[in-house]
Amino acid sequence: MFRKISNIIVKQLLTFSGAITGIAILFISIFLFKEGLGLFKSPAIEEGYALFVNSKNIVDNLTAKEIKEVFDSEITNWHDLGGEDIEIRIFRIDEIFQHYSDEELGEDYQFLPEKLAEVIREDESIVAFVPVEFAPAQHVGVKELMVDNITFSDYFAGKEWLPTATPAPLFGTLPMFLGTLLVSLVAILFALPLGLGVAIYLSELAQERIRKFLKPIIELLAGIPSVVYGFFGLVVLAPLVQKTFNLPVGETALTGSLILAIMALPTIISVAEDAMRNTPRAMREASLALGATHWQTIYKVVIPYAKSGISAAVVLGIGRAIGETMAVLMVTGNAALIPTSLFDPVRTIPATIAAELGEAPTGGAHYQALFLLGCVLFLITMVISITAEMISKKKNYKDM
Amino acid sequence: MNKKTKQKLAFLLFRLFSIIIVGILLSILGFIAFNGIKVINWEFLSTMPKEGMTEGGIFPAIVGTCYLIIGSLIFAVPLGVMSAIYTVEYAGNGKIVRFIRMMTNNLASIPSIVFGLFGMALFVTKLGFGDSILAGSLTLGLLTLPIIIRTSEEALKAVPESYRTGSYALGASKLQTIRKVVLPCAMPNILTGIILSVSRVSGETAPILFTVAAYFLPNLPDSIFSQAMALPYHLYVLATSGTDIEASRPMAYGTALVLVVIVLFFNLTATILRQRLSRKLKNK
Repeated sequence: MFRKISNIIVKQLLTFSGAITGIAILFISIFLFKEGLGLFKSPAIEEGYALFVNSKNIVDNLTAKEIKEVFDSEITNWHDLGGEDIEIRIFRIDEIFQHYSDEELGEDYQFLPEKLAEVIREDESIVAFVPVEFAPAQHVGVKELMVDNITFSDYFAGKEWLPTATPAPLFGTLPMFLGTLLVSLVAILFALPLGLGVAIYLSELAQERIRKFLKPIIELLAGIPSVVYGFFGLVVLAPLVQKTFNLPVGETALTGSLILAIMALPTIISVAEDAMRNTPRAMREASLALGATHWQTIYKVVIPYAKSGISAAVVLGIGRAIGETMAVLMVTGNAALIPTSLFDPVRTIPATIAAELGEAPTGGAHYQALFLLGCVLFLITMVISITAEMISKKKNYKDM
Repeated sequence: MNKKTKQKLAFLLFRLFSIIIVGILLSILGFIAFNGIKVINWEFLSTMPKEGMTEGGIFPAIVGTCYLIIGSLIFAVPLGVMSAIYTVEYAGNGKIVRFIRMMTNNLASIPSIVFGLFGMALFVTKLGFGDSILAGSLTLGLLTLPIIIRTSEEALKAVPESYRTGSYALGASKLQTIRKVVLPCAMPNILTGIILSVSRVSGETAPILFTVAAYFLPNLPDSIFSQAMALPYHLYVLATSGTDIEASRPMAYGTALVLVVIVLFFNLTATILRQRLSRKLKNK
């Protein structure tokens, strides 16, 4: 009886463990998306603050970008925001002390909202940036300016990433997407021909003894921690790039690509070599019997045969490059700007998360924006992993 | 150009590539070893950092990494092995297995920083563990789960079917067979997976950034709810944000070497163990 029950319990436990990876992925996506999508529900203004204008002002709401431009004095007239032709006057909370004494504001600043309302009522051109606790909302002649929520296009097509700007932080992730794309693609451009060359050498040319010696070494190198590669990139590669191309700084997109290429090489070599070695002996011999040289056999028979394995290697390499965090964080200079050349500092998606999450207040818009980047990264790598799987499956059909 | 010359040129190029690549990879190791070996001595390995981490040792980082290894294994090994037992011994060969395998592959492909985000959201914030060894170990355990599952699956599959049928014939139940026959047989191979995940845990930085790692701690961690220093994060700190980066360079080289030696040691052990085992199996 007892044995039966314990058998059932063990079986349930095993079933649960079998599902653990699925559960983990489910949990990861739930937590990531829950935090990340919260961003689109929060208004595009620094948390705990609000904007107030004179109630005669016909402007009702602003976007994050408009707020930023107003406070950076790039927009100076209400006319540009759909209002009347009046110059904008920016009013920050500390200016209130120039108008009223401490006594007038009260011991705990309890009269501050009232006095704020007075100031705002007098001036049609004013826009006041005020903490919510002192908001003069109930007073006559004052109107709260609605701030639009952050939108999809603000986030995915925005060109400026200023997560700590006041009063309106900007979360445009285009620089990061382009940075990640640039660094990863260039890395693959370096790594692919080199990796394929080495794979061909190992699988077709090298003596068995050399192959047996080199392949484990190359696979071993895939295990070196990325932070060590990053450190090497920082102390050796970055100065080298700086000197060679005569640049002001060595931490550039190119440096990141080079270090990523070095890191992706073991994966590419190992997977591509396995694929090439799987070419049936009969196919090679048939080709050689037809008078083809060894090289012709390689590029007309072996490589086409191993095409899906090689593609899988490339896809896996790209996946590793896109998700790589520490090495890239340490060598690319981390400027959240849209890269114009390989010699610009760039910042990738994972590097942004790693660099900023520690400073972002939990649950705030910045925190959510970083989680959303995590979601995007998660989705990209999911797609890549499934693609790689489909590519290597396709081969099996061909075999039959 | 005739086809013979073409072939010669192509092959020359590939030989050259191979020499370059292997050269680059080995020179990275050589560079770290050459610069690191100068700082490494007993004091470096056994004392606390001093003078704003420009002198002294890396003892707390080594201890922290050990805690994280142990913590993540406690979590990942039973779960991973049980998951493999389920897939190989119970689930048959249908859609469920394909689904499980796909999920395992997907989990393996998730970038480590995403694990860090998840660990922070679930373990640190939601479950309230705070920045702690517990949160870090759970996050790292999740990261190594696919490694353990895959190697354990292979190990279980390598156990000959006749062992199982023999055990059944003696009247053993399925569970008894698994516990007394299949698992002991598969253990050495499962061990290689565990060793590989130890190597992975010692080297990962991104998942521990927000779940456990501390810039500097004056004392060793005293419970699973305290923060800890760890080797890879310590290297990152020394390399990029130490109090005096130039002065802490030697410390960084030393840390990098210790890290590389640990990781390569475990990887090498796993490789050798695996080769020995497969040779043994062939001989049978």
